[in-house]
Amino acid sequence: MEPWTYSPARENAALANLQPSYRPFVDGRFVDGDGEPLKTVNPATEEVLAEVGTASTSDVDRAVAAARRAFETTWGPMPGAERAKYLFRIARIVAERSRELAVLETLDNGKPIRESRDVDVPTAAAHLFHHAGWADKLGHAGYGPGVGGNGPPPLGVVGAVIPWNFPLLMAVWKIAPALAAGNTIVLKPAETTPLTALVLAQIAAEAGLPAGVLNVLPGAGDIGSALVGHDGLDKVAFTGSTDVGKEIQRRLAGTGRRLTLELGGKAANIVYDDAALDQAVEGVVDGIFFNQGHVCCAGSRLLVQESIAEEFGELLHARVTTLRVGDPLDKNTDVGAINSRAQLDRIVDLAAAGDSEGAQRWTSPCPLPEKGLFFPPTVFSGVEQTMRVAREEIFGPVLSVLTFRTPDEAVAKANNTPYGLSAGVWTDKGSKAMWTAQRLRAGVVWTNTFNKFDPTSPFGGYAESGFGREGGRIGLGAYLDA
Amino acid sequence: MSLSPPVDGRLGVAKTFKLYVGGAFPRSESGRSYPVSDAKGRLLAHAALASRKDVRDAVSAAAGAGKGWSGATAYNKGQVLYRVAEMLQARREGLVDDVVAAEGLTRKRASTQVDAAIDRWVWYAGWTDKISSVLGSVNPVAGPFVNWSAPEPTGVVGVLAPQGSSLLGLVDVLAPVLATGCTAVVVASQERPLPAVGLSEVLATSDVPGGVVNILTGATAELAPWLAAHAEVHGLDLAGAPAELAVELERTAADTVKRVLPRPATEADHTRVPGTARLRAWSEIKTVWHPVGR
Repeated sequence: MEPWTYSPARENAALANLQPSYRPFVDGRFVDGDGEPLKTVNPATEEVLAEVGTASTSDVDRAVAAARRAFETTWGPMPGAERAKYLFRIARIVAERSRELAVLETLDNGKPIRESRDVDVPTAAAHLFHHAGWADKLGHAGYGPGVGGNGPPPLGVVGAVIPWNFPLLMAVWKIAPALAAGNTIVLKPAETTPLTALVLAQIAAEAGLPAGVLNVLPGAGDIGSALVGHDGLDKVAFTGSTDVGKEIQRRLAGTGRRLTLELGGKAANIVYDDAALDQAVEGVVDGIFFNQGHVCCAGSRLLVQESIAEEFGELLHARVTTLRVGDPLDKNTDVGAINSRAQLDRIVDLAAAGDSEGAQRWTSPCPLPEKGLFFPPTVFSGVEQTMRVAREEIFGPVLSVLTFRTPDEAVAKANNTPYGLSAGVWTDKGSKAMWTAQRLRAGVVWTNTFNKFDPTSPFGGYAESGFGREGGRIGLGAYLDA
Repeated sequence: MSLSPPVDGRLGVAKTFKLYVGGAFPRSESGRSYPVSDAKGRLLAHAALASRKDVRDAVSAAAGAGKGWSGATAYNKGQVLYRVAEMLQARREGLVDDVVAAEGLTRKRASTQVDAAIDRWVWYAGWTDKISSVLGSVNPVAGPFVNWSAPEPTGVVGVLAPQGSSLLGLVDVLAPVLATGCTAVVVASQERPLPAVGLSEVLATSDVPGGVVNILTGATAELAPWLAAHAEVHGLDLAGAPAELAVELERTAADTVKRVLPRPATEADHTRVPGTARLRAWSEIKTVWHPVGR
């Protein structure tokens, strides 16, 4: 019998309601920014999707001033129960417009529609819904009762800069806790993925959110830099690379402004010889190829116990071979497009370093689309800890495989990195899973699972993966004067 | 007992004030010392003038002690820290002498400071087995998983002790480092280092493992940059940083994404009962996921 083949199941691009042009959102209105407009591109086709007006430094001034006014006159004095209802409204509209947002996200980012539909957008709606309920319960969040039992006061005006890998979700990870706690916010989405954050601003306007509470400024790194260094802010929240994070921490030295950083990672995924191998293979594949590996917490270093390394390698290659790389709008696509030419170049360079340093490259034989920015799922075996593919964040669909003999060696290798964002452990022995989880210097440890996220569950790193957490009661503390 | 004249024809035995590194009391590897005077300018002693290499040795000791201390049970850490309070109480009179000499306080006010330091230590000793319950959480994720978050020690914390309050101030910033399970490299108050040396003698005779606390005396401005730059130091408390250096130290700390408690504009009132801010500052929240199934 012939194996069944997949017929194309293409989502309708028109659902994205794509506009020819988008503009910055300042003080409750879409305005013409003074920056040079940018063209945002669909990485799957390299065709221009829309023109996006960008902010200049004077627009940053205006947005920060609007956020300050809103903090002092409307949002700050508003009872928490009222703030909560605005956030609940926004959460509901995000859910109602979820299909539109998912298609738009896939067009702008290149991620498979299956992921934007099943992960990005529903998790964003859930994050808003969860934090909405905190707005009138801050006195119960564990940071003291505050004045009148309302909890510690908010910080004031938040400046947030987010990356391109989860554009809507990262926007919401900043906006939801900031607003729930009573702050106002100026958000700069990534240069290559500004669209869903601007639709979110429109949703906020539909929900009647008072002017100035949320401001969205598209632009490149210079605008991000102008924003995080702005004297009018009380708090900066950044998600992105460790290099930029360090630069921001340096910039804020001596200002007394609050800072949280969610930076890079080089997560180890440890597979013990007693793991349920088929499940572990699924988890390892999901850990690195989810979202094309454009995930700060991606399980980019596989540490497999030596006794099962050969068998595991065969299972891994067989499974990766079945991953379908291609049109992100096709519901059958597993791995979509690389977000930008610059990122694709970086992945190509780092993979070449793997070759030149002596690792063995295996490339999935899957067909690639003829146009667009794509990189096939790649596995390096025989990787040593000193190699760049073991040390540097590749942020692409490239897995480095190392081996170990004892649990102590697994932990030592896993922790041998300046990063500390996440880690995975695969074993059927509960005590060993917990023993390992206790010793991993990482902010999130997935045991017998990987890449799970929830608004109630704090996320963030140790060491050079940054500081502060996002999610839950603990994440809320980053937006309170506690 | 310092360099006081004979009493009833007997000359007292003056103490040599040394560093406290890895559980031992070495002189500075540099062989240097500096004169320490009391509040009226009279010579009290020659304290060790620690060097960059002493900082390195202290960080190495603190990093080495981290595994054992962070891995000790919370109950055990609580008992060990409570034992420190017992030893402080036993040496109360000597510590009062030290604080009187260092800070020029009346004996009554110095006694109040020492008593507050002992009580502060007891307060933090009681925290060790409560931090997880208070700062942690079980998270009701929308899926078949158990999911919890709990604090873990940040690692090695560099502490620039307050310059004014030589004992209470030091205890106020050091005890929370230990209560979270971190280890410490302390630079004592530059002009008032002798009470810190007294504390190191208390620590050495408590059950605190060697290397968990390391106390250096010397020039804060000389030692602080090395502490701020050291990759094995994960946290930096700038409580006693020189004003003109504080911003640069924060910048240096950013190179390794250290957690930093900035220098306060004026020294904190250490008599105030603290909240959990310092415990939170030196904790990393770890979230663990595990599936639920049959």
